[in-house]
Amino acid sequence: MAKSTITPRSDLILFLGFTAVVLLMPLWLQPFGAAYPDLMQKFAIFGLFAIGFNILFGQTGYLSFGHAAFIGVGSYATVWVFKLMTMNVIPAMIFGVLVSGVFALVIGFVCLRRTGIYFSILTLALAQMSYNLAYSVLTPITNGETGLQLTTKDPRFLDTAMEAGSGIPPTNVFGIEMSAWDGLFGFYFCAVFLILGFYISIRITRSSFGSMLRGIKTNQTRMMYTGLNTKPYKLAAFVISGMYAGLAGSLMAAVDPLAGAERMQWTASGEVVLMTILGGIGTLVGPVIGAAVIKYAENIFSAIDKSVLVELFSFMPDVIGSGLAAVTSLFVGKGWHLTLGILFMLVVIYLPGGIMEGIERIKRRLFGKDHASNDA
Amino acid sequence: MDAIFLQILNGLDKGGAYALIALGLTLIFGTLGVVNFAHGALFMLGAFCAVTVNKVITLSAKVRDESVTFFEAYKDVPYLEMWLGDTGSLIIDWSIPISLVVAIPVMLGVGLAMERGLIRHFYKRPHADQILVTFGLAIVLQEIVKAFYGANPIPQTAPDFFSGTVNLGALIGMDLTYPTWRLVYFIFSMGIIAAVFSFLQFTTFGMVVRAGMADRETVQLLGINITKRFSIVFGLAAVVSGLAGLMYTPILPPDYHMGMDFLVLSFVVVVVGGMGSLPGAVAAGFLLGILQSLASMTEVKSIFPGIDQIIIYLIAMIVLLVRPRGLMGRKGVMED
Repeated sequence: MAKSTITPRSDLILFLGFTAVVLLMPLWLQPFGAAYPDLMQKFAIFGLFAIGFNILFGQTGYLSFGHAAFIGVGSYATVWVFKLMTMNVIPAMIFGVLVSGVFALVIGFVCLRRTGIYFSILTLALAQMSYNLAYSVLTPITNGETGLQLTTKDPRFLDTAMEAGSGIPPTNVFGIEMSAWDGLFGFYFCAVFLILGFYISIRITRSSFGSMLRGIKTNQTRMMYTGLNTKPYKLAAFVISGMYAGLAGSLMAAVDPLAGAERMQWTASGEVVLMTILGGIGTLVGPVIGAAVIKYAENIFSAIDKSVLVELFSFMPDVIGSGLAAVTSLFVGKGWHLTLGILFMLVVIYLPGGIMEGIERIKRRLFGKDHASNDA
Repeated sequence: MDAIFLQILNGLDKGGAYALIALGLTLIFGTLGVVNFAHGALFMLGAFCAVTVNKVITLSAKVRDESVTFFEAYKDVPYLEMWLGDTGSLIIDWSIPISLVVAIPVMLGVGLAMERGLIRHFYKRPHADQILVTFGLAIVLQEIVKAFYGANPIPQTAPDFFSGTVNLGALIGMDLTYPTWRLVYFIFSMGIIAAVFSFLQFTTFGMVVRAGMADRETVQLLGINITKRFSIVFGLAAVVSGLAGLMYTPILPPDYHMGMDFLVLSFVVVVVGGMGSLPGAVAAGFLLGILQSLASMTEVKSIFPGIDQIIIYLIAMIVLLVRPRGLMGRKGVMED
């Protein structure tokens, strides 16, 4: 949870620190071998997604199991603007976020009538429903299994008025292409939104609206007994968090202009839950850390295959080495989800507060009681 | 008219599967107060019990094929056929009923291990934590199965005796040809449901469990070890769900993610039926199964395209908006 010494000043330091860390990612990620644009974009996009999810789950206490649906809706809406209007990402993203906001409003209106696990199941069901629809009936809009892609035949009304080019033009921001600066432009574009999203989430957390949400999480009944109608607050939180997810989906489409239904699957929803939990529920930076750790681990683990493992264990006697390689190969490559599942369970069992709680524990052990009393 | 009857029949077997999973979910929730997201994985494990048994009894050796004389040809002949002749082929043919015998102790063991090893540490934790840890467990179980059996569905066949179709309409003058195994599945699920209900209703053990569901503390004060009994109930629910998956294999070739597909729907079934109500779970299971198969009729689909994909969720939404507690939900269950 939030520290007890919160001043506008400490928030400013937190925000500036966060900004610096994010903007300097291409430098300090070098030694980890993660400083290439594709991966850093993923960090930023999923960080944004997790921040948004945290506003609903961490602050308001509603566990949504269908948040990936908003990513999908955001992506589809964005790609449609690319197809019909212009390859400039700004209008496309605005449209994507708006559409997912409206979608969240509808879903939230239905789901928020129930609490607890009813809510989780309802969101899960509705997300599965959207996923099924995207694969079947809505094929004219979503292009089914192939996924929505750009073609040379797309009208792109605004672009064609300005220039007549051949081939599919790249996505751009007022002329600067996403792949400019060796792909770093795409990353910085996402990073700006991540920082913006982080700032908004600080503001929400510190506002009276934020304390209202935490009040709902702690004891909704009591909130209602004080004569307060909690519904608009819950709905607002749901829509905000849906728009964050929509923005993440839009960014995915902006850096790589296609959209597929598999982004909406329940596994994707489960992944963001894991990111938030791993980082630390209800903390400000936790979700971003969780998202980065998981995407980094996914990148590392799924790249390892059996031949790498055999080489790794080659210093050992043959029998042991090949045995170890066989066992560990279950957990890497295509088996990465197994590692993810185990990690998920371990975190929920032993470290419900996530990495942030782990850091707190280590701090407390290192600095002893003095530190704790200073903090209070 | 015939078509409608046929669709109702078609819904019964799917409804049976939903009802059995939902029954297990409700049982676990009613006794232990735990939301088990890994219940679909138990369904899947049951199905893979059938696959494993089938693999074991059809272990084969390569034998020279005498019928081909032009070149050296080999064919796989299962050991059982070599040793036992026709009896061996009969055993292979009946592999699914045989695997039932294997699956019951296996699923009971899995259920008890799950409850004792993991879930009991989560009784006092919030529901969100329970959902998350069982969700993680479901992923782990799924991935283990995937690692051993691959990602492709593995078709299973019903015994020859039950393959083919029966004409149910002959008696009432209608034309209702229906696959025999689906009928078997329906009867099987009804049998299991009846067994579970009479176990709870007519045995002393069941009486204690029901008392524990109503008021756990008082039962404990009377000196009864209710935790032990609830663990057994968890094992029982695992068996029910596993058998449901096992018997479903000839209808739907099992793959590693079938559990999750069924789980989402079964949760909807539980919500529609009413959390904590066993009859509600069963009734809603069959109801939604039948509605789903009615919605997949071409006549209906031509009016509402895609209705077959979403009918269950639509019904769930309507039920929750009109009767928030579900069709037969009890007051005071999961109201916080």
